[in-house]
Parts: sequence; C-alpha cells; structure tokens
Amino acid sequence: MDKKFNEGAWAEPGTSVKNKTGSWRTFKPIVTDRCVGCGTCTKFCPEGAIKIVEKNGKKKAEINYDYCKGCLICLKECPFKAIEKEVEK
Amino acid sequence: MIEIRINGRGGQGAVTTSEILAIAAFKDGRYSQAFPHFGVERRGAPAMAFCRIDDKEIKLRTHVYTPDYIIILDPSLLNLPDTLNGLKNSGIIILNSKEKYIELEKKYKIIYVDATQIALDIIGKPIVNTAVLGALSKKTSLVSLNALKDAIKEKFSGELADKNIEVLQKVYDSTN
Amino acid sequence: MKKVIEGSHAVAEAVRLCAPKVIAAYPITPQTHIVERLSKMVADGQLDSEFLCVESEHSAMSACIGAQATGVRTYTATASQGLMLMHEMLHVASGMRLPIVINVANRSVSSPLSIWNDWLDAMAVRNSGWVQLFVESSQEALDTTIQAYKIAETIHLPVMVCIDGFYLSHTYEPVDIPDTVAGYLGDYKPKVVLDPKNPITQGMMAGPKAFQEFKEQQHRALLSAKDVIKNENREFNKKFGRIYGDGLVETYNMESADYAIISMGSVCGTIKHILDEKKISDIGLIRIKTYRPFPNKEIIDLTKNLKALGVLEKDISFGIGGALWADVKTFVDKPVSNFIGGLGGRDIQIEDIVKIFGTIRKEEENIHWVGSQLKK
Repeated sequence: MDKKFNEGAWAEPGTSVKNKTGSWRTFKPIVTDRCVGCGTCTKFCPEGAIKIVEKNGKKKAEINYDYCKGCLICLKECPFKAIEKEVEK
Repeated sequence: MIEIRINGRGGQGAVTTSEILAIAAFKDGRYSQAFPHFGVERRGAPAMAFCRIDDKEIKLRTHVYTPDYIIILDPSLLNLPDTLNGLKNSGIIILNSKEKYIELEKKYKIIYVDATQIALDIIGKPIVNTAVLGALSKKTSLVSLNALKDAIKEKFSGELADKNIEVLQKVYDSTN
Repeated sequence: MKKVIEGSHAVAEAVRLCAPKVIAAYPITPQTHIVERLSKMVADGQLDSEFLCVESEHSAMSACIGAQATGVRTYTATASQGLMLMHEMLHVASGMRLPIVINVANRSVSSPLSIWNDWLDAMAVRNSGWVQLFVESSQEALDTTIQAYKIAETIHLPVMVCIDGFYLSHTYEPVDIPDTVAGYLGDYKPKVVLDPKNPITQGMMAGPKAFQEFKEQQHRALLSAKDVIKNENREFNKKFGRIYGDGLVETYNMESADYAIISMGSVCGTIKHILDEKKISDIGLIRIKTYRPFPNKEIIDLTKNLKALGVLEKDISFGIGGALWADVKTFVDKPVSNFIGGLGGRDIQIEDIVKIFGTIRKEEENIHWVGSQLKK
C-alpha cells in the first residue's frame, strides 16, 4: 500500500503493471497450433494480457502469464476453439 | 470465543465457507457470526472472510486479527506475506493442498485436504469450500458433520446441494 | 423462526412482513443484497408488490413519492452515491409528509472512491427532514425496519433506517424472523390521497406567506416523533419481546460510570464487548439510536453527573468536526472529545477504542482522527 496521500487523491500511472495478476490462476489457457492470429482474444482479454505476434511468417496469439489471471474468457471467445486449458501447477 | 479466518481467492468460495460454518455452528446450538473482508471483487484475487463462534451472544464486530484457525483454500496464498498473519501459537491451519509443508508443520498443526481435486471430481469446478469444512469437522470439535449438511441444504438447493454434501462426506470419510 | 442469515436478508424479511405495495430501487453496493432478495420474493410470489427496477436513485425516490401519494405503502433502499443522487427527492418526500421507509446500507461518498462503510452518506442528508435511525445488529435492523413503518405512518414523515454497510449488510448472524406483523402493524391509512374522483394537488408551490409555516409544521412533526418512537419501542417489545433502550438512546455499563462514550451503529457492539471483557466500570456507552430527531433531553439527563465524554463517529462535517459531536456539544456543557474514525471502511479495532477510553479519562476537549497517518 502506497502511504503517499496526494491531496485531491491523484496517483501516477503504472499500478496495473506493478500488480501481477498471474498468481491468481487455477486454470491456465494454452494457445494451440489451431490459432490463426485473428486477434479476437486480444479484444476480450480483461487484463490486456494477450497480443498477436508473428513467428516464421505466421501470426499467433501469445499470452503473458505474468498477468493472465486464468479467467478463460479467451477460451470461450476464440472462434477457432484454438485455446485449451490445463490445471495450473 | 473462537475466531476463524478463511483465506482464498475470489471465486473459490471463502465467503461462502464462512457463511456455511456460521450457519452450521448455530445449528449445533452455539452463537455465530460470519462476514467477508471486501477487497477487489475479482475472480482469482486474494479474498478473506471471517467467522466467530461462541457460547454467548457475539457483540464484537471488528475483523478477525488473531485467529484460532486459518482455512487456506489455495496453497499459493502461503507465498503471500499476510496469509498467516496473527495466527495464535496454538493455532491450526486447514490447508487445501496435495503437498505437505514440512517447514510450516514445525510451527503449526496443519490439517491437509486435497479439496481442489475432490471438488473437480464431484462438482466439476474448483470450488473448495465444503471440502475444507469436511476436514475441519473431522479433525476438530468445532462443528458437526450433520450441522454442516443441514447448513449446505439451507445455502444451496437441488443438485448443487447434493454434490456439495457428497464432497463433504467424501472428505470427512477420507480424512484421518 | 431464528436462523443465521445475512443482515441484508433480515431487512428484506422485515420489508416482506410489512408488505409495501410498491418497491422502487436501483442496486448499489453494499445495499444490493436487500433489493435483490426483495425482487426474488416478488418474482417467487412471496410478496405482492410492484417491483420497479428504476434507472436511478432519483427515480427510485420519485417513484416512491408518486406511489405513496396515491395511498399505498412503499419502500426503497440505497447507499452512498445513490443517496446523494436521491437527495433532492428526500426533501420532497418529507415536505409532502409521505411516510416512505428507506434502508441505507451506510457507505462512504466519493472522492476518493470507496465502496466501504462509514456514515458520510446518511450524515450528508441529516437536514432533509427524515427520521434517521441507526442500528447495531441485524436483529435490530429487522425490528427497526418494521417499527419504521409504524412510526412513519403515525407522524406522516418518512423514516430512514441506517445499517452499517458490510458490518451489518453482509454479516451472517442469528436473527429471529417473526411469522407475522399482524396485530402490530395494521393497514396503511393515508391522510390524503391522489384520487381522480376527488382531485387535490400535493406538493404545490408555497409563496413567502406560507412556506415557513409548512417548515415549522414539519419540524414540530419531527420532534413529535420522539414520543412515537419511544412508544413503538415499548409496543414492539410487548408483541415480539425485544427492546432497544428507550428507542431514542440505549445505555450500557452506565451504572457506576464517570465517563461515557457516545456513538451509533454497529461499532457500539465492539464497544460493549470491550467494556465486558476488560471489566471497565468507570466508562459507559450511550448509543444513539435515533439521530433525527436528536435526543437532546436524554443526552442532558444521562450525562449530568459525568466528568467528561467522548463521541466516536464515522463521519466528518468539514470545517467544524464530527456532526454527532457538534450536536452533543450543543446540549452538553462539559469536556467532550471527538473521535473521527472508521472512514472509508477502516476497521475500528479493540486497541483503538481502548486508546479512546484513555483519552476520554483525560477530561480534555479535542478532535482526534483515529489512527491518523498524517503528520500533526
């Protein structure tokens, strides 16, 4: 907890970067080879933890597990059913 | 007065655990109180709930700071510095975990229960509240199994109640 | 039947028993569970009411005003920003002398944003002409909500029953739910009604030659609530076997007290617990249950032999101090220290109250912010 009381209650940006929500997962979403990189999941991810990257000329979703909290909305929304889940270890 | 803290993650049922425990304790003929510590209401975020059980009316309304029992619904919470805060020296931990925590056992009595697996097997969701209460009932005199069953029937209905009672009974029978 | 239920559900049970014909509400934390449960009762056919899911709290109170004016019992509940948005219509309700009942699940007011408990919401509307009752437990919340209809309909003024958000609204504890309120609360008999066959205007304009008299009447009516509240406290006890002080104030451990702590709401339970556990004899508790109308006579009587007082409250009237403290100071001519704490949900702990007791014994008069982290 920041013990700084800025009069008027204002805060500097960046708190959501500091707060790594990756430890919250019970289930971990896994992007499979069926992913075509359409980007639907990136729009639905409430943490903004998915981005589309290009590997060997092929577009694919990449999940940042530091922030993915395991809500599995990506899995539900993926039009190609390209995301699977496994129990977090 | 016995004070219990439940540490879990949003969605695991920490609040419901405290409520079922309070309802059951009252059915056992004691006074009880349960309330949540409201933090960020988000699935997965660390969440807390409290419960008090006493033989006389409970007037105290502060949070629970020095619990006699801590119920931990997710072992990863042990990595957070505050999870065991205030636990009395004679305190007991009820821990949802497959693995043993030998170092911690030197300091506290730990009751283990593999609640996640049992909940996934029977309910199909990692909602572990009734499972941990089964272990609590078996290993302590805090609350009776029958009162817990009645409390579950009051809190849930239909198939969900049946499945939770199944979980409760399975944990109760398999805890030794 | 006595069972362990949530404070919000205890309130909903009280409302069900009183059977308002119209419930108009908008959900807001920590009030949501009250209206959620009521809406379920209506949907399940347990409660014969029109449940209006309105678009705002301003509309909620407006709908209650309109419905109540036609001669039916109404209900709403809110908290925090919701009460702020409703504020304008609170004055209309009391000015029109409509006995509407509301529960406020007390919560702080933005900014900074806080969903947690304090009394900033209720205290901000203390001049709106409503009876304001603060309760300590879920049982008292249920009982007082039932009494509220009786009080409101006797004096023709609206009544606000304040329950501490989370500390009561979200707490499960044993509550005795009456089977019926028949024999205690009869049918609502309005003084005047909006009826197309016998047209009248309610809440019309009043010019400078009349306005003041309406306000004087309202003030008289609110003062008359004191006797009505005391009476209903006794009548309720006859019927249900539960009583809360004299209805205006409740004392605890005052028998041999030289000092008193004055407070309201759920924190009084914690104070009682400490007085018992630590076997304190020189300090007692005066719990104000009825905040408006203010129990000035009772406070004067109860404190006349005391050396000093402390007022613990979860609010701040900016530029003066605690609102409750200022009210007490109006009638008590001895040292009264003010303890402002628990704002935005900060837990008032046992150690805080023990420290407050120590300060009261010093017989000084200062304003203290409980647990302040700011430099002096």
